[in-house]
Amino acid sequence: MDARFLRNVLLKSLTLFLVFDFLVAFLPAGIGKVSLYNSLFEGRLRFPFGEDSARSYNLSLFDLDAMFAAHIINSAPKPADEYRVILIGDSSTWGTLLRPDETLSGQLDSAGLTACDGRTVRVYNLGYPTVSLTKDLMVLDYALRYDPDLILWPLTLESFPLDKQLSSPIVANNAARVDDLITRYSLSLDPADPDLVRPGFWGLTLIGQRRALADLIRLQLYGVLWSATGIDQTYPADYTRAQTDFDTDITYHGQTGPTLDENQLSFDIFDAVLSAAGDIPVILVNEPILISAGENSHLRYNFLYPRWAYDDWRQMMQSMAAARGWNYLDLWNLIPAEQFTNSAIHVTPAAETFVVEQVKLSIQEQICP
Amino acid sequence: MTLVYILAFIAIAGLLGFVTHDRWRVNLLLAVSALAVYALQPALPVRGLDYYLPTITLALAALTWVLTTPRETRSWKANWPAAALLGGIVLALALTRYLGFSLPLTASRPPQTLVVLAILAVAVVLGLLVTRFTSPGKTALTLAFIFVLLFFVFLKVPALSLQLSLFLRTLNEQSLATASPLDVRWLGFSYVAFRLLHTIRDRQSGRLPPVSLAEYVVYIIFFPALSAGPIDRIERFVSDLRRPLQRTSEDWGEAGKRLVIGLFKKFALADTLAIIALNGTNALQVNTTGWAWVILYAYAFQLYLDFSGYTDIAIGIGRLLGFKLPENFNAPYLKPNLTQFWNNWHMTLTQWFRAYFFNPVTRALRSGKKPLSIPVIILITQIGTMVLIGLWHGVTLNFVIWGLCHGIGLFVHNRWSERTKARFAALSPNWQKTLNVGGALLTFHFVILTWVFFALPEPSVSFHFFQTLFGGA
Repeated sequence: MDARFLRNVLLKSLTLFLVFDFLVAFLPAGIGKVSLYNSLFEGRLRFPFGEDSARSYNLSLFDLDAMFAAHIINSAPKPADEYRVILIGDSSTWGTLLRPDETLSGQLDSAGLTACDGRTVRVYNLGYPTVSLTKDLMVLDYALRYDPDLILWPLTLESFPLDKQLSSPIVANNAARVDDLITRYSLSLDPADPDLVRPGFWGLTLIGQRRALADLIRLQLYGVLWSATGIDQTYPADYTRAQTDFDTDITYHGQTGPTLDENQLSFDIFDAVLSAAGDIPVILVNEPILISAGENSHLRYNFLYPRWAYDDWRQMMQSMAAARGWNYLDLWNLIPAEQFTNSAIHVTPAAETFVVEQVKLSIQEQICP
Repeated sequence: MTLVYILAFIAIAGLLGFVTHDRWRVNLLLAVSALAVYALQPALPVRGLDYYLPTITLALAALTWVLTTPRETRSWKANWPAAALLGGIVLALALTRYLGFSLPLTASRPPQTLVVLAILAVAVVLGLLVTRFTSPGKTALTLAFIFVLLFFVFLKVPALSLQLSLFLRTLNEQSLATASPLDVRWLGFSYVAFRLLHTIRDRQSGRLPPVSLAEYVVYIIFFPALSAGPIDRIERFVSDLRRPLQRTSEDWGEAGKRLVIGLFKKFALADTLAIIALNGTNALQVNTTGWAWVILYAYAFQLYLDFSGYTDIAIGIGRLLGFKLPENFNAPYLKPNLTQFWNNWHMTLTQWFRAYFFNPVTRALRSGKKPLSIPVIILITQIGTMVLIGLWHGVTLNFVIWGLCHGIGLFVHNRWSERTKARFAALSPNWQKTLNVGGALLTFHFVILTWVFFALPEPSVSFHFFQTLFGGA
C-alpha cells in the first residue's frame, strides 16, 4: 500500500460520494412509498407519530407517502365486500393515550357494523395529532385514492384559526403539497408564508435529506417492534391532567369577542375538505370538550377555549349545518370533565365508548337509511 | 464514546503522530490521555463526582506505578515532568470553573479549587510517603491488588454502588431519595482496573519491565482504548511506545481501513440494530415467537458490531499513533465450537483471565497433595473463569447464570472433543467441513441463547423471554 494508492482511494471515494450526493437531488420524490410495512411488517393501525421512539416504537416524520405506506389502509386494494370508512382529524381521532383498539376508529371497527348490501364496515384511523384544517385537507386529499365509502371527520374550533393552518410541522414540511392544494381549491393561504419550509438545491441532496432518510429507515426498523409488540405509543401511568383552573384571560387567537371574526377562521379550507370529499358522504362530529368547573370556568370552558369564542363557533357550525344539510353530530358536552385525560379534547377509553355509541347510530343511518 | 469525540481523537492522533521526539511524544500522549479520562466521563448526579472519578483514576495509576516500580528505577529526576504534568492537568481543569463558558473537557463544572488543591496535596504527600518508605514488596502489592479489587467490587455490585452513592450524597448534602447505583458510573474503570491488576501481578511474579511514570500512566489510560479496550500487555505496549515513530503509507492505509470499518460497524450497523435489539423492556412486550428470535438475533449482532467496531476504532487510532494494539475479535460467530468462540471473542479479556486465573488455578489444583482428576480440574477452572468473566460485567444473578452456562458449555465441549477428536480426524474433508458448519450453527445459537441472560436484568425476565422464544408465552 503506497501513498499514491491511498491518495487515489481518497480521491475516488470523495468523487463517488459527491456524485451520489448530487444525484439524489435529481431523484423524483416518492421514496417514502417504498416500505416494509404491509409485507414484512403488519401495517400500522394509525399514522406514525411519537417523540419517545425508544419506548413507543414510533416516530414523527413528514413524508406523507411513508406515513400512508406504513398504514394498514395500504395493505391491499379495497375488497369488494368492504364498506370503507375513514376517519380524519386531530389527536383525539389518532388516540392520544389510547391503545389502537380503544380509539374511536378501533372501537367502531370492532363494532361489527354491516352495510345494508352485506358489506362489512371497516374503519381506518387517519387522524394525525396536530390541529389544522389544512392538515386534514392534505390527509383526505391523499386518502381519496384508497376509495373510501364514508368519511368521518371529528373536529374542533382549534383547527380553524388562520394561524394554525401552516404551523403544524407536517404541513410546514410539505410545501409542495400545500401549493397544490392552494391551486386546486383556491385556498386563501399564502404560498410565501415563512412557516412553509422550502428546501433549496442543497436541501435536496443526500446531505440535505439525511434527517428525512434516517427517519424513513427508523420507521422501517420500528416496524419490527410494532409487529412484535403491537405498541405504538407510551402509556404513562402518571401524566399531567388537563387544566381546570384558569386566569381571567379570555382572548382567543388575538380576538376578545364577544363574537368571532369569521375572516380569522379558515372556513374556506373547511369547505375545501367537503368539496374534496365530492360525492362521498361526510359525517361531521363536533368533538367533546372538557367543560371545567374550576376557577374562572365561567369565563373559559377549558385551556383551549374561552366560552364566548367556543359558543359563537358552535352557533356558526349549527347554523351552517342546518342551512347546508350536513350530517352533523354536536357532541361537545357529551363527556363529563373527569373523563378527560391530558388535554381538553383527549378522553379515556370508557368515554370514547360514549362517543362510539353516538357515532355508530349516525353511521348506521348513513349506510342503511 | 460519541462520534464527535472519536473524530476529535482521530484528528489528535493524526497530529500527534507527527511528533517524533521521544520525550515529547510520551508526554503529549500522557496529556491527551489524561484529558480524555475527564472528557469521556459522563455527567453524574452526585456533585463533583464526574470530576473526582477521573482524578482518582489518575491518582490510582500514579500510585500503582510507585508501588510496582523498584525504588532504584523510580527516580524523581526522570519522572517529575510526568508528575507535574498530571498535577497540572488536574489543577488546570479545576480552574476552568472560573471560565465564563463550559469546556467539553469535564462533564460538569469542576468542584471548588480549594478542595481540589487539598486533594492534590494529599495525593502528593501520599505519593511521597509511598515513594520514600515502600518498595514493591509482597505485602504492599497484595494490599494494592485487594484495594483495586475492592474498588471494582464496589462499582459492580449494585447494592454497594447504591450505598456509595448514599454516602456521597450525604457528604454533599444532596437528596437521598433519588440515589441510584448508576450515580457512580466510572467510565473505563473496568479496563483500567484490569491493567492495574495485570501490572501488580506481573510485579509480584517479577515479570514487569521497568517503565517510567509517564509510560505507565499512558499504558493505563491510553485514550483510544480507555472506554472499550483492548486490554494490552504492558511490555508489548511499551515496546511500541519506545520504538521510534515512523508512519508509513502502510500505517495510514491500515489505520484508515480500520477506522472506516469501525465507524461503519458502530454507528451505521450497531446503532441501527440497537433500535430493535432485545432489552429489558421489549423482552416483556414481545408476543410472538418469530419476532422474539428476530430481536435476539438483532441483539447478538448489535453486541458484536458495537464492541468490535469500537475495537477497530481503537486499533485504527492506535495505528495513527504508532501502536499495534492487539486484536479483540476474529469472526467469533463463525467458529465451530465454544472453545474457539472464546478464543476469538473479546480475546484480550479471555487472555487476561487465562493468564491470571485459569492457568494459576489449574496449576494449583494439579500440584496439590491430592491432585484432582483432569475432568474435575477442567470443570472447576472453566466454570470459575466464566463466572468471573460474568461478574466482571456486573455482579448480578443473570451474569452468574451466563457465566455458568458458558463454563459448563466449555467443559462439555472439552470432554466431547477429547472423545471424538480421533474419529473427527479420520473423517473425509467434506464431512469435516459439514460438521464444522453444523458446529458453527450450534455454537452460534448456544451463544445467542445465553445472551438472553447477558442482556436482561433479572432471571425472571430472561425465563419469560425464553418462554416466548420457544412458543410457551
